[in-house]
Amino acid sequence: MFETILTTILIIGGAALLSWPLGRYMGALFGGHFVRADGVMARITGGAPEQGWKAYALALLAFNAVMFAFVFALLAFQHALPLNPDGQSAASLDLVFNTTASFVTNTNLQHYSGESTWSYLAQLAGLMWLQFVSAATGIAALAALARGIAGRPGMGNFFLDVQRASFGVLLPLALLLAGALALSGVPMTFSGAAEVTTLEGAAQTIARGPAAAFVAIKQLGTNGGGFFGPNSTHPLENPDFLSNLLSMFAIIVIPMACVWMFGRIIGRMRHAGVIFGVMLALLLLKIGLAVEFESAPTQAFTGLAVMQEVGNLEGKELRLGAVTGPLWAAVTTATSNGSVGAMHDSLNPLTGLVPMAGMWLNETFGGAGVGMINMVLYIVVAVFVSGMLVGRTPDYLGHKLEGREMRLAVLALISHPVLILGGTALFAATAWGRDTIANTGAHGFSEILYEFSSAAANNGSGFEGLGDNTVPWNIATGLVMLIARFLPILVPLAIVGSFMAKRRGAESAGTLSVEGATFGAMLMIVIVIFGALTFFPAATLGPIAEHTSLMR
Amino acid sequence: MQYLLPSLRLWLVTMLVCVVGYTALVLGFAQGFTPARANGSLIEVDGRAIGSALVAQQFTTPGYFWPRPSAAGYYAMGAMGSNLSPTSEALTERAAETVARYGATSSAPLPADLVAASGGGLDPHISLAGALYQAPRVAAARGLQESAVRQLASDAAIAPGGVFAPDPIVNVLELNLALDRIEE
Repeated sequence: MFETILTTILIIGGAALLSWPLGRYMGALFGGHFVRADGVMARITGGAPEQGWKAYALALLAFNAVMFAFVFALLAFQHALPLNPDGQSAASLDLVFNTTASFVTNTNLQHYSGESTWSYLAQLAGLMWLQFVSAATGIAALAALARGIAGRPGMGNFFLDVQRASFGVLLPLALLLAGALALSGVPMTFSGAAEVTTLEGAAQTIARGPAAAFVAIKQLGTNGGGFFGPNSTHPLENPDFLSNLLSMFAIIVIPMACVWMFGRIIGRMRHAGVIFGVMLALLLLKIGLAVEFESAPTQAFTGLAVMQEVGNLEGKELRLGAVTGPLWAAVTTATSNGSVGAMHDSLNPLTGLVPMAGMWLNETFGGAGVGMINMVLYIVVAVFVSGMLVGRTPDYLGHKLEGREMRLAVLALISHPVLILGGTALFAATAWGRDTIANTGAHGFSEILYEFSSAAANNGSGFEGLGDNTVPWNIATGLVMLIARFLPILVPLAIVGSFMAKRRGAESAGTLSVEGATFGAMLMIVIVIFGALTFFPAATLGPIAEHTSLMR
Repeated sequence: MQYLLPSLRLWLVTMLVCVVGYTALVLGFAQGFTPARANGSLIEVDGRAIGSALVAQQFTTPGYFWPRPSAAGYYAMGAMGSNLSPTSEALTERAAETVARYGATSSAPLPADLVAASGGGLDPHISLAGALYQAPRVAAARGLQESAVRQLASDAAIAPGGVFAPDPIVNVLELNLALDRIEE
């Protein structure tokens, strides 16, 4: 227990501390304080004219279309291209579609094992490239949104913002992290798999590759897609306790810094502080619950001659320490990262509910940039509800909230449960889902529910027992990822675009302060009611049913 | 169309910097400063690669320490966990087989890590308790003093994360190599 608390403080506290200077730097970067670098980057993409919300959104969509087209082609033709020492063959087109959608949308849901599916070229120039630019797309969108809320005349320039995020934020951090990971034992080589003869004389082929570079940006950009199949449980992807600490730290630091960056751009750090506090409180609550639930021993070993005083070890790695499983599970789903440090399918039933809840909420720090964007939707609803309660016209920082803005906000928020619950219902009721589950009963339902939650939250982790490399799964989750990525980016841009078209009022004594504990509590209530209770019936059918019927 | 040309330029520059440049820097650093690790932490004995220090390999003979169960069968080109629910009957059956293989009884129960499959199926470690549990079998098979084998395991034990993860663990391949060296 002592080391659990210590590790949590080290990672969450350390990341929170570092997020402050990082957020300050990102605020300056996106505030245009680095004039010469901005000039160079603007020239690269042919000028950086100020864009309104529509132009910014179209630029974002155009670049994301290029991302999709290029990587789709690269993955589809990998077998004919160089850097393929292990001779990976052509992948099926439905898997290519799913994988491309998955990495374009910053999800990194993986219906494959990297070491037996993709060439080094496909992993680096396809997937790793998307891990940079999809994260940069999210951060850029947040910068644009914040500028609009701040009352600037334009939202900035998308092409400039992506370069700022890629070269100014992600690249330097990735270089540092990749170097540290290489020192701890993550391979970085273009040689193919190693052939060895074991001490007992058997042949063993050990997959390796340019993993250190890949894993660093996987963690930093809230991507989560592993170089190897079992992600960060694989000893070559996460070799020791230090690499594990750095990985968990890297998962959360940029999403945290995004809140401060938002506060800097809108010039309301106290508001950002309230948001940060709400996110942190929910995250710590989830971590505490996960650690507690996972301390129960493996139920299946009851009655066998097994010592059971260490908690549930199925699906866990000893070198990473006992706390890694539940702590990583909570952090990776709070942030839409989706890398795993233990197999989520083998978590105790109620522990498995915690990552699901993280994906249902999807903004307790959330993805790089997009987590804070999701939070803006909840803020809009919280402000509106508060305004209705006291009978005043609701406004957010002087922007009047009217029918159009509310309709858009609710559309974006409601799309999340519709995609998750609709998809789960369809696959649970048909052979598409039923024939692919690995565990029977309530846990099998949880596998389906988790998969759609992960796709819709752009998270990417999974209950990996699910046999998800099928045509129905590849197409359904591919579509869900695309809708769930672009709708919640474009709708908030439209809402703020609508703010910008109206005259901004002055904040008066009657305006609800968004800088105090009252607002924080209101925000928390809206998040819990909207985000969590919607999913309660589904949770009851899955993890809760499994717990109450099978855990004694 | 006005967004396509800047998108293509952005494609080119991010590809050059974030893929070509970044990969080259990390590769140069790793191969320059820590080449053994960069190539997979392979262990060579008499000039022959016998495994990776970071990757579990199968041991079945009684004279070696055995690793944790692997859902992947120690296949290092397709690592995976069992993905079984902790409430699963299939998991109970698998665990019962493991318990039988070790011959564990309720008076001498197995440490849980020897029964639970790891996340990737390639966990190179077992707990020190798991190693000590196997010491009598290993000693008998090799005709060694049990105390010598226990000592060897204890000497190989590390606390993976210091105060943050103090439970001692042992690298199975390195321990087995040390065993082989005693015999020579």
